Amino acid sequence: MKQTLSRSVAIGGVAESDLGKVPGKTALELQAQAAIAALRDAGLQLPDVDAVFAHTDDRFSSLQVAEYLGITPRYVDSSNVGGMSNIMHIGHAMAAIAAGMCSVALVTYGSTQLSDGSRKSGAVAQDSPSTPRGQFILPYGQLSPIGYYAMVAQLHQHRYGTTPKDLAEIALAARLWAQLNPKAYRREPSSLDEIMSSPLVADPLRTRDCCLVTDGGGALVIVSADRAKDLRSKPVYVHGIAESFAHHYTPFNTGDWLDTQVAQTAQAAFDMAGVARDDIDVVQIYDHFTIGVLQSLEELGFCRRGEGGAFVADGALGPGGRFPINTSGGGLSYGHPGMFGVFLVIEAVRQLRQECGQRQLPKAELALCHAPGLVFSCNTTMILGV
Amino acid sequence: MADILRPTPRPTDLTAPYWHAANEGILSMQHCRHCGQWQFFPRAFCTHCTSDDVIWQKTTGLGKIYTFTINRKAANAYMKERLPYAVAIIQLDEGPRMMANIVNSDLSKIAIDARVQVCFERMDEDISLPQFELVA
Repeated sequence: MKQTLSRSVAIGGVAESDLGKVPGKTALELQAQAAIAALRDAGLQLPDVDAVFAHTDDRFSSLQVAEYLGITPRYVDSSNVGGMSNIMHIGHAMAAIAAGMCSVALVTYGSTQLSDGSRKSGAVAQDSPSTPRGQFILPYGQLSPIGYYAMVAQLHQHRYGTTPKDLAEIALAARLWAQLNPKAYRREPSSLDEIMSSPLVADPLRTRDCCLVTDGGGALVIVSADRAKDLRSKPVYVHGIAESFAHHYTPFNTGDWLDTQVAQTAQAAFDMAGVARDDIDVVQIYDHFTIGVLQSLEELGFCRRGEGGAFVADGALGPGGRFPINTSGGGLSYGHPGMFGVFLVIEAVRQLRQECGQRQLPKAELALCHAPGLVFSCNTTMILGV
Repeated sequence: MADILRPTPRPTDLTAPYWHAANEGILSMQHCRHCGQWQFFPRAFCTHCTSDDVIWQKTTGLGKIYTFTINRKAANAYMKERLPYAVAIIQLDEGPRMMANIVNSDLSKIAIDARVQVCFERMDEDISLPQFELVA
């Protein structure tokens, strides 16, 4: 987005709903619970909201959420592009606010996939047998999304000699952070050996290379920079944001699976923010699978291509490490209710507000959030600052 | 029961030539007569030059493994009977990529860049599914 919009909006409120295993609540109820908590965090009330961004639980989610909250917004967006959707919504809210189409945007997410058991089969065959996916993908029984990321890991190992231990380092770092986060779902001690001996799901990825399956919801309140000054919480400004899109579930025309347009997206976000990689203090990278983190670190330019294994070695990503990331414990250990984008933002905002207690990073002035959607189908990078 | 649970392709007018060819043991793909690009999956136009002069052409059925995985959990009840099974992205010698299982092959021999050739698996009376096996 153009540089003049940098810092034009702020995230004024963030909140999670109940997390973990939440039987007896619907995804809609979790979204509403998070929305009310995020509004309170911002010091705003329901009638202040004039835009709703929600993308799950219903084909018309934004209308569903608005109706449930009892509000009549003048702008809605139900775009769903997978796990990164809620970050993309922040960019869309920024554009809508700049265009005068709204002033206070509520971004929500909620899922009860753990209680529903909806991901247990590993594949959701929702396409008709006549779609490209139905004809040319689904007959082959590919696990999705893990099978695709296993293929990426296979390619990375083949090209660069990356090892299962390199991937296990990423899972262990997440667990060590989770142990510092009272809200994290999996906090018991772990080890590289335990992770590397967990059952294979799709070679070379093991169960512990995969994010958790939990229930939960989250919400963000996005306001114009002017409005942000009057809020209850310290505003966190959007300095840069960019997104790019490549495919759906049939990535036959995606050239190099280890070069998925992330570098270009990140550069656009850095350019908008007017900052460089070295300026970033807080890094939140979508960790659906360990290999996804390794690949993102390389493509984002935090290390060179092929050197991700050495970069994450010896606890580099964990507490006290050389390059601490995903301080909540991430999708691998804090929780993963299906789409994690909103939770990356919540943790980044809390770090920038110095609210993270034991897991607070010493310097936290500029944060980067990065997420893909579906199966490296698209990606977004956002830079936040106080 | 197993047949019901296996996702089976339903051809459209546009994709029917692909499935007709498969029924005859041929892997056929679209080729643009205007710009020369091959493309997969099928469309009514060329995604490279927007021409609608795309024709069906027989491929060699030969290629190599771009990347692969061995699934240890099944995506559906039917595939459970086949565990563990290989899923690969095949790079055809003509250029296009497609997905297939690597069948009739020693799983431990499957590797990136390994040469493969097409074979066909009868799903039902209408559909013969292109698959690949390692070239001996």
